[in-house]
Amino acid sequence: MTTTVAKAIEGDEGTDSPYALSHLDALESEAVHIFREVAGEFERPVILFSGGKDSIVMLHLALKAFAPAAVPFSLLHVDTGHNFPEVLEYRDRTVAKHGLRLHVASVQEYIDRGVLKERPDGTRNPLQTLPLTEKIQAEKFDAVFGGGRRDEEKARAKERVFSLRDEFSQWDPRRQRPELWNLYNGRHAPGEHVRVFPLSNWTELDVWQYIAREGIELPEIYFAHEREVFQRAGMWLTAGEWGGPKDGERTEKRQVRYRTVGDMSCTGAVDSDATTLEAVITEIAASRLTERGATRADDKMSEAAMEDRKREGYF
Amino acid sequence: MSSITEPIEPLSVEQLSETTLLRFATAGSVDDGKSTLVGRLLHDSKSILTDQLEAVQRASASRGQDAPDLALLTDGLRAEREQGITIDVAYRYFATPRRRFILADTPGHVQYTRNMVTGASTAELTVILVDARNGVVEQTRRHAAIAALLRVPHVVLAVNKMDLVDYREPVFAAIAEEFTAYATELGVPDVTAIPISALAGDNVVEPSATMDWYGGPTFLEHLETVPVAHDLSHCHARLPVQYVIRPQTAEHPDYRGYAGQIAAGSFRVGESVTVLPSGRATKIAGIDLLGRPVDIAWTTQSVTVLLEDDIDISRGDLIVPSKDAPPTTQDIEATVCHVADAPLTVGHRVLLKHGTRTVKAIVKDIPSRLTLDDLSLHPHPGQLVANDIGRVKIRAAEPLPVDSYADSRRTGSFILIDPNDGTTLTAGMVGESFASPEPVRDETEDDGWDF
Repeated sequence: MTTTVAKAIEGDEGTDSPYALSHLDALESEAVHIFREVAGEFERPVILFSGGKDSIVMLHLALKAFAPAAVPFSLLHVDTGHNFPEVLEYRDRTVAKHGLRLHVASVQEYIDRGVLKERPDGTRNPLQTLPLTEKIQAEKFDAVFGGGRRDEEKARAKERVFSLRDEFSQWDPRRQRPELWNLYNGRHAPGEHVRVFPLSNWTELDVWQYIAREGIELPEIYFAHEREVFQRAGMWLTAGEWGGPKDGERTEKRQVRYRTVGDMSCTGAVDSDATTLEAVITEIAASRLTERGATRADDKMSEAAMEDRKREGYF
Repeated sequence: MSSITEPIEPLSVEQLSETTLLRFATAGSVDDGKSTLVGRLLHDSKSILTDQLEAVQRASASRGQDAPDLALLTDGLRAEREQGITIDVAYRYFATPRRRFILADTPGHVQYTRNMVTGASTAELTVILVDARNGVVEQTRRHAAIAALLRVPHVVLAVNKMDLVDYREPVFAAIAEEFTAYATELGVPDVTAIPISALAGDNVVEPSATMDWYGGPTFLEHLETVPVAHDLSHCHARLPVQYVIRPQTAEHPDYRGYAGQIAAGSFRVGESVTVLPSGRATKIAGIDLLGRPVDIAWTTQSVTVLLEDDIDISRGDLIVPSKDAPPTTQDIEATVCHVADAPLTVGHRVLLKHGTRTVKAIVKDIPSRLTLDDLSLHPHPGQLVANDIGRVKIRAAEPLPVDSYADSRRTGSFILIDPNDGTTLTAGMVGESFASPEPVRDETEDDGWDF
């Protein structure tokens, strides 16, 4: 008997019924329901896995949803070629530990073949869309789990849990299906696919609290550590072969951590002393900056940067 | 809005850990002050952060506006900003030390019925705003009717713009009384009226200094304390089977678990259960709550149930207590809201998704269309177009274990899907439309006898 069960039987004088779930339990249960719906209704689902905290939480939820059986999905990583080495190491270790199958769509390979051209600003984030969508078509994935959350960005606040993409992987916000009760509609024509966002209703803080509650291991770059960084467009970027620092940019050693994991050329570090999960949670709860505002250069390109990339098929 | 960049106290880790979640929806009308109320809630709960506000300030300045346009915070799409309209439901998130909130922010413009139905379908509370100067208007009654149709457990009437009626109690009292009477007649179980000024901040987060005649909670206090789950003793327990878990490994050679999210009520180990539609009976041998064995599990928990007998069960089946099984039927009568642009017509062949089961179905009859303004029934409309609410008779290709929506929002609801292109056509609620203080009588069967 667990404490929650005892509480339920004894009754509770509090404001909530004893049968009310804590917010993390409610979010977890909803996400698991979404994973199981996809397993029940689709032929070839795949989980987008970057080694970032959201995709790590997605994988954790999928493991719980189907335990003691294996996760009935493979993983897909869009490798920009500018990844943090710690994250790639984490990715490969996780895939091996759970006996999963990993697909990789490589931006570098597209650049080497001359299909994609390096941008003058060096960021590869917008270049991910083509390798991603071509991999989805080539592997005939019909459901693609993404770790996107509606609290991240105002275009994402409009996103459905089940989001239909046409044969060009495009998102049309005007033609979204209403989502009623928990009756998700995954119907799609051959060539189309559905992007599925089990963490839609989670916030950055929920993700961190859940990581703490479940004791989930993360790549070290999420915790404060000393790192060689330099400043560009108001952000601390990690120096490296990907193209920084350039003339006039000076590196320095700073105590930093990352709030998001992405392409090194556009993912900034934040000054931080938070070396534990508890310290990270306290820091985020007090922060006056959103996760993306603090650490993503590409979202600042225009007022509709995220919407425009999403329309093209970005995750 | 005042004090937009003033920092507030961060929450402690303990405060954040065991809060509950409330899903609520706003019923939007144009110019009722909804964006201001949403803006104030988001702002005062620290959900508008500096970089978001700076982005709004930049965008507003580049348009030549003097003050930041807070609508830019919530209008997330290019087309919305260009046209100054809100296209679709957006979901927003904020938290207080006591509770987490998911707000379905529904636009008040065209297509409001389907948007409000979408928002209200997952909401435990609906906020209906009225302008204190105008009182209960047609739109207010329409919002109350949709909340009643969707059986949202709690309704808040926020009487806004009290500052424009000199904060006078009689103005509020008259509106509250008129609305409560109307909502109660529709069967809304719980109505709370709160006088507010979203612009000035009265009774939104802080108690009003100018309305000392009001002794109730502020809007946020009410959101924080309203009960979020119900007494399960009156609920019929229901578990739609989503997926069969069979590891077939050396460690678990015989494990066969039926995974699903409990739609209503609770289940206990040892309980006698029946599987529908087959009607086979067995007992619950074990319940796994995401890897942890438990003795009891209840509504909205995602679980895996193990049964004593090896019987044939697959996705789409419904596990229920043997002593409390719903009837199975192929003929469903329901109130529906049509959410697609193409009309729903008699003879329409559709797919019906109920719980985890999707079956073929045909629209046999559309006996009436409801006029939300005065709740009158328009007989035999022939079709339902976008945003119409009507009564529909549907014949399903297989028997379905449906509950009345009044008894169970999860197992009494369904959607209709276009089999050709997959469009979600219609939201359906089985059984009577509105809760009624008196039993609803079918006039065609009234032969004058009084038993």
